[in-house]
Amino acid sequence: MPTRTVAVGSASGLHARPARLFVEAAAAAPVKVTIRVGEKKPVPARSMLSVLALGARCGTEVTLEADGDGADEALAGLAELLARDLDAEEPGDV
Amino acid sequence: MSEIRTGIGALAGIGVSGGVASGPLLRAGTVPALPSPAPVKDVLAEVERALAALAEVVADLGRRADRATNATVADVLRAQAMMAGDEELHESVREAVLDGGHDACHAIDGAFASFRAAFEEAGGYLAERVADLDDLRDRALATVLGRPMPGIPAPGHPYVLAARDLAPADTAELDPEQVVALVTEIGGPTSHTAILARALGLPAVVACPGVLDIADGTQVLVDGDTGRVATGVAAVPRTPARAATPAGPTGPGRTADGHPVKLLANIGSAANVAGADEAGAEGVGLFRTELLFLDRSTEPGPDEQAAAYRAVFTAMAGRTVVIRTLDAGADKPLPFLRQEGEPNPALGVRGLRIARQRPDVLTTQLAAIARARADTGADVWVMAPMVSTVAEAAAFADAAHEAGLPRAGVMIEVPAAALRAAALLRVVDFLSIGTNDLSQYTFAADRMCGTLADLLDPWQPALLDLIGACGAAGREAGKPVGICGEAAADPTLAPILVGLGVTSLSMSARALPAVRAAVAGRSFDECRKLAQLALTAEDPAQARKLTT
Repeated sequence: MPTRTVAVGSASGLHARPARLFVEAAAAAPVKVTIRVGEKKPVPARSMLSVLALGARCGTEVTLEADGDGADEALAGLAELLARDLDAEEPGDV
Repeated sequence: MSEIRTGIGALAGIGVSGGVASGPLLRAGTVPALPSPAPVKDVLAEVERALAALAEVVADLGRRADRATNATVADVLRAQAMMAGDEELHESVREAVLDGGHDACHAIDGAFASFRAAFEEAGGYLAERVADLDDLRDRALATVLGRPMPGIPAPGHPYVLAARDLAPADTAELDPEQVVALVTEIGGPTSHTAILARALGLPAVVACPGVLDIADGTQVLVDGDTGRVATGVAAVPRTPARAATPAGPTGPGRTADGHPVKLLANIGSAANVAGADEAGAEGVGLFRTELLFLDRSTEPGPDEQAAAYRAVFTAMAGRTVVIRTLDAGADKPLPFLRQEGEPNPALGVRGLRIARQRPDVLTTQLAAIARARADTGADVWVMAPMVSTVAEAAAFADAAHEAGLPRAGVMIEVPAAALRAAALLRVVDFLSIGTNDLSQYTFAADRMCGTLADLLDPWQPALLDLIGACGAAGREAGKPVGICGEAAADPTLAPILVGLGVTSLSMSARALPAVRAAVAGRSFDECRKLAQLALTAEDPAQARKLTT
């Protein structure tokens, strides 16, 4: 099964806005994607609560998995998103 | 609910923000209690009922996000909506009804509980988000039960807001165009409700039992000076505290006979400088630096810090800015410090004590402050929070001087520090009394504990004793002693504080005009006599009676 492991790039970790952007992208993917930390239980990447509950901080390595048509492309896009510092791109920060 | 009041009557509470206002009373939606489990006849209909409630919560949050004018607030609301619309959550609700035989309320409660446990286990930032999950659960339960959504009403017309208590998070929702006064059932003079009301210039009464028994829509009159809340009265024109003294004195603070009392503003960022200017603040008596560190899993770097400090120093050019180093811990946990698991955070590693474990955080901050000062040439004084001993004060002063900051002081928040004020002033340049924490630690009474509000009254003679000890030490040493807690915002207390030897009062900008007028109304000699009278009182009520 296609798998990608990537370190979370957002300064605040996989929380709040970075988590929302990731979950939205995962929900838009044509395949079901799971995400896990280490050897813990994989959770659906399109579930905001499950993704938050991973407790992934900046630098935490997470593993994405998916199967089916377009899985490789979907994982590549999601991995690229996770590696970016999405906090630094935040608009209207106060 | 017990008896609902609609007729003429009056309730008594503690007035914490002056002025008079009237309007129809609306209660903030309260958190619904989980009803007793009910047998489920039609499981499919019960699933529908539960999921429809979650869908309504998602829709409601979406509407609020659309209305929000602040991009950050809208982002937070959308993230909340996504949590309520989570498919795993819905799946777990469905299972609880179909397999577990639970009713909609218990299915929702159980589904949130499992994620709640996971968040708590993850700790840090996520543990703080547990409150968000609880809020979503409460909203879904209220919807199932046909109750108003918990939170602040936004009826589109002026009204008096009644609540059990207000949390800092409520401030994001509170529209000062609609809310004309605040009344809470619990809380005290230093509760968030009081601080918020003074910041917004709204009359407010706290610790007012019975206010939640008043029916929504009943016309009420709130007097923030006397603490009286009258029901069934005709509407009166609004006279908020800040409008009550429109023709008051201007210019630097001074007593009737010209004894100077610096009147300063408490700020959190450069955004607050305009308000301080408008109120005629002579400088900043408390620049809180926590704002920059909130919700961060890593410490802001020296450049980012210096830029934020520079913005304030530039805006306050030519005036004094007292900047406080990071005051984290206790009620202000910061994720990057990873302080989980303290048995009693209020008595734990907070304020300057963080330097025991993470000296680098203080060193970086002092260097950033020094850089911003060098760039702007501002008159910058730096002070440390939560200092208890002379050794701590001396170490802080050394670190500040080493960073190139000439004036270093400490906050007086712990009785131990107040008792040794004279010794502290041998190693630092000034003292600033944080009366909120000094009350909390002197009376061993949690600031958030409404039933102990009377202990946190700034008129408590024991608190005034400690302030007097600091004032005397300052006079002896010829060094400034300021107050930057909420007590400084009380116009009736101001002359007494001046009489106790306090040389500056720092407060929310909106409180400044009334305090300036109060100080100008008395000679320095009168202030000293009032202070002596207050110290002879047995309790706050008597202290007020003797001096007003």
